[in-house]
Amino acid sequence: MEKFTTHTGVGVPLRRGNVDTDQIIPAVYLKRVTRTGFEDALFAAWRGDPSFVLNQDAYAAGSVLVAGPDFGTGSSREHAVWALKDYGFRVVLSSRFADIFRGNSGKQGLLAGVVAQEDIEILWKVLETRPGTEVTVDLEARTATADDVTVPFQLDDYTRWRLMEGLDDIGLTLQHADDITAFEGTRANWRPKTLPAKHWPSETVEPARPAS
Amino acid sequence: MAGTLAEKVWEAHLVRRGTGGEPDLLYIDLHLVHEVTSPQAFEGLRLAGRPVRRPDLTIATEDHNTPTLDIDRPIADKTSRTQIDTLRANAREFGVRLHSLGDADQGIVHQVGPQLGLTMPGLTVVCGDSHTSTHGAFGGLAFGIGTSEVEHVLATQTLPLQPFKTMAITVNGALPPGTTSKDIILAVIAKIGTGGGQGYVLEYRGEAIRKLSMEARMTICNMSIEAGARAGMIAPDETTFEYLKGRPHAPEGADWDAAVEYWKTLRSDDDAEFDAEVVLEAADLEPFVTWGTNPGQGLPISASVPVPGDIADESARVAAERSLEYMGLEPGTPLRDVKVDTVFIGSCTNGRIEDLRSVAKVVKGRRKADDVRVLVVPASARVRLQAEAEGLDEIFQDFGAEWRNAGCSMCLGMNPDQLAPGERSASTSNRNFEGRQGKGGRTHLVSPLVAAATAIRGTLSSIADLELAGDIDLTTFDGSPLDGVGAPPITETVVDLPMPVPAGAR
Repeated sequence: MEKFTTHTGVGVPLRRGNVDTDQIIPAVYLKRVTRTGFEDALFAAWRGDPSFVLNQDAYAAGSVLVAGPDFGTGSSREHAVWALKDYGFRVVLSSRFADIFRGNSGKQGLLAGVVAQEDIEILWKVLETRPGTEVTVDLEARTATADDVTVPFQLDDYTRWRLMEGLDDIGLTLQHADDITAFEGTRANWRPKTLPAKHWPSETVEPARPAS
Repeated sequence: MAGTLAEKVWEAHLVRRGTGGEPDLLYIDLHLVHEVTSPQAFEGLRLAGRPVRRPDLTIATEDHNTPTLDIDRPIADKTSRTQIDTLRANAREFGVRLHSLGDADQGIVHQVGPQLGLTMPGLTVVCGDSHTSTHGAFGGLAFGIGTSEVEHVLATQTLPLQPFKTMAITVNGALPPGTTSKDIILAVIAKIGTGGGQGYVLEYRGEAIRKLSMEARMTICNMSIEAGARAGMIAPDETTFEYLKGRPHAPEGADWDAAVEYWKTLRSDDDAEFDAEVVLEAADLEPFVTWGTNPGQGLPISASVPVPGDIADESARVAAERSLEYMGLEPGTPLRDVKVDTVFIGSCTNGRIEDLRSVAKVVKGRRKADDVRVLVVPASARVRLQAEAEGLDEIFQDFGAEWRNAGCSMCLGMNPDQLAPGERSASTSNRNFEGRQGKGGRTHLVSPLVAAATAIRGTLSSIADLELAGDIDLTTFDGSPLDGVGAPPITETVVDLPMPVPAGAR
């Protein structure tokens, strides 16, 4: 995972609350087998509307999403985070996130910062008054700055540290590879192994046919 | 310090204790993989250049997308075929054992683990599927995980986890004839609600649980997730050991003795403290059916469809109104008068050999109601073979049911087995969400016995409703084989079939 210290990019005001994961990415896209390439799926239902914020030239290249409360509610699909990242977002700011979405964001290096709703309103005003305004997100200081406005955001210490070190969960766990290897050395013999594969003798499975 | 079963298993897998808000790192004994939640995890490994750390603790099968008809022909649905093909390519590339469609050990991932003897007491078991809680029936800690976590386990064989709370669910006494473990769990969910278990690991205990067969215990633990719980567990005992002994991957000789000695310590201490406790009297239970669109909306079959106006709690009332509208049910209708179009017998909840035997005992020599479609889908190909060895397939076909190949099938309708809009099912599966079994489909969750009786009468029914109930011994639905069936369980010699393990993997 890329280290996150500061990020500067176009801010996108999304004046909607309760943006659930079905709105972020509809279920029809879940049968894909890739982890990338979901940019077209992001907010798919809204992208057809010419007035939708991402369809406006000034915001199209946005990377800091400033959203209403309760962002990311609904299903646990990690595809929601993938779609935001694939589109180019590095940061989402909201006054409240669904737990699972926030957890998935942390695993995928998308910064989900909690900003007081009155500060969200201030950012919206700045971004709407001067479309294309860049927002600088400083993770060390936990602040977001747009023009002359600087607002604080919250992110738990553990997730912040992980993002600043650029450690995904896997990278972090692998720092303890020695502990894992040591643990494996104590594993009792009776604990199962799938290989070499043991079976009862193979038998022919007759295909069922449609009822006539 | 006294501990619960869940705490003991947790402690035994602690690679590293977290400090300062950091989660604990737990070792994972067994990782089950299927085609839907794994492709992006394998892609993640590929992009990062990481191998699967322990292919020898990993096993994959094809279940969610697989057809239950014409399995020798190419899968018609292109996206389903792509997911299956992707799993096959990933298994080859990363050296993971895979049981593909057509293989005798293919089937629903939560049947494959137990039937091969891979699922044992005292393990940590994970899978990118919420019904992984099934494996807790053996006395291990088993839970579903997301795709990032699937990748994490593939890469490290561990998971960082925050501690959970524990809840004891004690079921006293003996189940009345005609009720099953499915009725226990539906009653538990109706009692504590679909969010009642959130943040908890549930431990089922008490006389009624001890008396259950291994497969009946799996049914209970399977649906722990429907109460919102992280996992469900049952302490291992002689029933557990008996089920495991002689299975292909069960320990042998001195390893078996050492294992049993350890497994016997896997119980909550008498003075262990649970964060919450729930008590049920088995004698009070009746066959349960759901009437709404979440598994907590269930009632005894003798009840009537609820009248929302009678529900005091506003959010429950609004939810009931919405559910009844979707389900197309008139408040006050006796549940026994609700007519169904389809009966689905199968799934990781109730698609095992004992479930099929129970159904066969009820339907033997009878004929299904004319306008009801009956699907019998074994949980695995091995279950199908066993049922055929016992002659159950002929009983089902004489009854008028369709005898299918193994898989998740109509439980979630990712394959062609779906309800049509407005169609109503009695289903032995686990979720009655809107559209779960097909867009606009209406699902009533039931036990295998209720499914069988419903298939005969065409309306939601228990076996007590059958006209010829007198000739059925209500006490014999314990999963034992039918009278006059000579075929023993499969006990042939186990054969080793090593997988080619590519260079670089261990």
